[in-house]
Amino acid sequence: MSEKPRKIEITDPVTITVDGREVTAQNGELLIDACERNDAYIPRFCYHPRMNPVGMCRMCLVEVDTGRGPALQPSCMIPVAAEMVVDTKNEQVSKAQDGILEFLLANHPLDCPVCDKGGECPLQDQTMAYGPGESRWVEEKRHYEKPIAISETVYLDRERCILCDRCTRFAKDVAGDPLIHFIDRGSNTEIATFPDEPFCSYFSGNTVQICPVGALTAKPYRFRARPWDLEEVESTCTGCSVGCRITVQSSRNQVLRFQGVDSDPVNWSWLCDKGRFGFEAINSEERLAEPLMLSSDGTLSPARWAEALNAAADAIRAADPTSVAVIGGAQLTNESQYAWAKFAKGIIGTDHVDAQLGDGLAAEVVLGLPGATIDQVCAPGSTVLYMGPDPKEELSVLYIRLKHAAQEDGVQIIELSPAASGLSPYASSSLHYRPADLPKLVEALLAGELPDQGLPGIDAAEFTKASQALLAAEQNLHVVIGRANLAESADCVAVAASAVHQAIPEATFLSALRRANLRGALEAGLTPGMLPGRSSLAEHGQAWKELWGSVPSTAGMDTTQILQAAAASKVDVLILLGADPLADFADRSLARRGVAGARTVISLDRFLTASTRQADIVFPIAGFAECEGTHTNLEGRVTRLNQKVTPPGTARTDWMIAAELAALLGKDLGVERDAHELWDEFMAHSAVHAGVSSAALDHPDAADGLLLDLGPRPFVTPVAPHVAPQSSYSLRLIVNRTLYDQGTEIHHCDSSSGLAPAASVRLSPADAAPLGAEDGTPVTVSSPHGSITAALVVDSGVPKGSAVLRHNLEGADPGLLIDSADVVCEIRVEVS
Amino acid sequence: MSRFSPANLRLAQEIIRRYPVAKSATIPLCHLAQEQDGYLADDSMAQIAELVGCSSAEVLGTASFYEMFKMHSVGKFCLGVCTNISCQLLGGEELLEHAEQTLGIRPGGTTADGLFTLEDVECIAACTEAPAVQVNYRYFHRLTPQDLDQLIEELRSGALDDVVPAHGTLGKVRQDLGEDRIANITPPEDQIEPVWLRRHRELAEAAAAADAGTPSTAGTNS
Ligand code: SF4
Ligand code: SF4
Ligand code: FES
Ligand code: FES
Repeated sequence: MSEKPRKIEITDPVTITVDGREVTAQNGELLIDACERNDAYIPRFCYHPRMNPVGMCRMCLVEVDTGRGPALQPSCMIPVAAEMVVDTKNEQVSKAQDGILEFLLANHPLDCPVCDKGGECPLQDQTMAYGPGESRWVEEKRHYEKPIAISETVYLDRERCILCDRCTRFAKDVAGDPLIHFIDRGSNTEIATFPDEPFCSYFSGNTVQICPVGALTAKPYRFRARPWDLEEVESTCTGCSVGCRITVQSSRNQVLRFQGVDSDPVNWSWLCDKGRFGFEAINSEERLAEPLMLSSDGTLSPARWAEALNAAADAIRAADPTSVAVIGGAQLTNESQYAWAKFAKGIIGTDHVDAQLGDGLAAEVVLGLPGATIDQVCAPGSTVLYMGPDPKEELSVLYIRLKHAAQEDGVQIIELSPAASGLSPYASSSLHYRPADLPKLVEALLAGELPDQGLPGIDAAEFTKASQALLAAEQNLHVVIGRANLAESADCVAVAASAVHQAIPEATFLSALRRANLRGALEAGLTPGMLPGRSSLAEHGQAWKELWGSVPSTAGMDTTQILQAAAASKVDVLILLGADPLADFADRSLARRGVAGARTVISLDRFLTASTRQADIVFPIAGFAECEGTHTNLEGRVTRLNQKVTPPGTARTDWMIAAELAALLGKDLGVERDAHELWDEFMAHSAVHAGVSSAALDHPDAADGLLLDLGPRPFVTPVAPHVAPQSSYSLRLIVNRTLYDQGTEIHHCDSSSGLAPAASVRLSPADAAPLGAEDGTPVTVSSPHGSITAALVVDSGVPKGSAVLRHNLEGADPGLLIDSADVVCEIRVEVS
Repeated sequence: MSRFSPANLRLAQEIIRRYPVAKSATIPLCHLAQEQDGYLADDSMAQIAELVGCSSAEVLGTASFYEMFKMHSVGKFCLGVCTNISCQLLGGEELLEHAEQTLGIRPGGTTADGLFTLEDVECIAACTEAPAVQVNYRYFHRLTPQDLDQLIEELRSGALDDVVPAHGTLGKVRQDLGEDRIANITPPEDQIEPVWLRRHRELAEAAAAADAGTPSTAGTNS
């Protein structure tokens, strides 16, 4: 089977005999793992190294002698003990394996020729290796309707199922979504969902990967290829910033599947469905394949590269450097990010460069706080102060790791969030603060007492419990920070984080920012006031000037300021690096005015987005699996992204466009052949990247990537934002994300695009009651800046005094309520 | 989702409080739901899931393991005719066929008046009293087709309502055993002869009597 045995450190060695050889194993580890590590692979179906064993299939029977004579035992259920004598291959064992396979095949339909799993099927492979070759079963086999859809993406063929309990264990124990279960008994046992409650789990695709037979298949891959036709490369998912390792599998220059790879420090082989099925967007018919330019009739029409590049270069040349701004770049490879940082800051000479769209955290907070890895956050003994977004919705595999840490390793999670999240059930305490109260709450937790008047929505007993856990954690404290509420100033969490940093200097921080390579973008200097390698423009400008020839003289504007300037017609050229501010910037009105107000908009994108449609020049770019490069995940872990297919049409990699434009401006970006040159230059001049060379990344020991230096950098403590007292608006707005939304990527994945929920207004039962409205009633939400209407959902996870709207869903746009100048967004909800 | 009556909902919550872990109340609540409706409706399972804090699929998975939870509406009387080996040898299959004809339904079916559901069941541990029948898990032993017709008639008329409550009804009191039937308090010599022993003796006596030319007194069903 494709699963690798878990790497372990032997701390309590014992000697056992395996097939006549004395070997060393860890006392108490499972025999099946100990044997595998010592070159005696034991066949298995139900055992999975990342899940607790259940001893369901009996394929792993071996003869074990613990001093009472040899007996057949399932090796996946037997902990290793000193002096065990194990025989994995003798006649008894072969007979048992033979018998188990005959039983498993008694009811099996043997429809391998039409089964997706054929060619990579553990049942097929093990039958060939250990099986009887012929069945004595002559009776009628079980028959079921083939296959049935158990969710939008997963199909179940019950005839093929060997009842190994892998999918059900995964759903319950790993994902926490026990929506599939064994039903009935004996030979009627089958996997089933509850009627009308499909297997809607964000992680359903993993069951397809781990099913040891072809019982579970994924709609996006069904009948698309045979395993022996697939070519593959390893890469890193860029669906979000977790950076799960995957294999990209293709056939005939078309990506057909992503499979999870077991990266010990990151994803443990799991993927979320958004990531797993995200490959569909690569093949979308709507990919941009040639440059577009605004023609005289006001439409975007195809153009030649030379024409588009010249027009872009002319626009940049004609503009004053300080009137050129760059937004985006978080989806680019590290190399392209570096190229664009160098092009914008060193060649054009503008520092108005921001990879975030007002939905992240200040770069100096992210890069300045001492860093923590996912493993450190999730290690036994750790205490986690979680002040980030709902991880289940935004950083799904991080949620899996956190859930595992809490449930299996006793990690205490103290969750501070504006509303209940997917993590709340696993947190040892969950405090839901009123938007903008986070700094006060954290201050109180660190002081160990609530202010006299209390804090709205904070229960005194829960508070005390959380505070005690926090103060007892000391150097085991790991803090996760991010944006749980897009309608609340980023300063709130920055202030809270720096208060923890000051009170508990040993605490380390993990920034849970969602966009794929945002960490890389910040490290590459795609943020105002910074240069690559966490150097600040003010302090280290000189060093980079020597390399680049010039750097901007003063720190530039962030996205909000860029849009404000553009709205005031002060931006001549606005370059969008895969960014779509019209959909993603929280303040909709400002985004519209900004994009409309920029004189020339140049967009580099894979698709026509709302913002791209407003552009004057559009460059089609090569995306994931279409270019080589490296990626930096949220921890600061650098891994390789590998190319598997060619980009559509004449699309090019982002750095190439920067290099071409530089050449047209009479400058040299310093790259002739490939992205490696960019990385080598970046590496050589960044202290935090020391050791992360191309050669080091290609070393087999670096399969899980290499970490940047996570040490702290000095940063200025932000000032707590001032919140005006409650106005006549009675509620505060929470805007958060769902895994599936109307985002470009999801929108171009056939199997996921329909999964985005409809927009809703979520209120606590206490706030919904006075409205006298029930679920589904249209309600109007008004703020001083606008109003929108959507269906009411009464949600006990929303605290009294707040209302939750989701970002970027069809039907109601919370961006219309928000003014980015406000610290919080005050609203009122009425029945329409 | 609400299927429990207000009174049963209160009872359900009381039952949940008896357990340190709410999920432990799953089976008791399935019983309660079956008592209320005669079967375990999907709505009930969904409501139980909500009450004990698990998924509906988990309640279904648990309940469907047990034959005695019915997932579809059944008649007031579930009539199970045993066709396993002892009963088969002593006419169980013929009895089942007779029941099919009398009730006009096949095993698994329910009569149009909603009174009877017929089931073809495996050994119900009354082999010594074959052919055996259960109605809502109350036993009826050594039935001839005529006995069965009479039983059906009595059930239909309500004459047996005290003995056979509607399907799903739970026994709420401890079974009242006669002193003489409580195990191990009777000295062996005073113990009632076990049925199988008595029957064995009767048959032996009958055979001996036949040999002797005397008519047998032992009743047989054949
Ligand atoms: S569907 Fe696959 S994973 Fe699930 S129990 Fe059956 S064989 Fe195992
Ligand atoms: S959690 Fe993020 S990186 Fe991992 S599979 Fe999902 S989208 Fe991809
Ligand atoms: S692998 Fe051990 S019983 Fe299935
Ligand atoms: S065979 Fe019918 S009760 Fe045992």
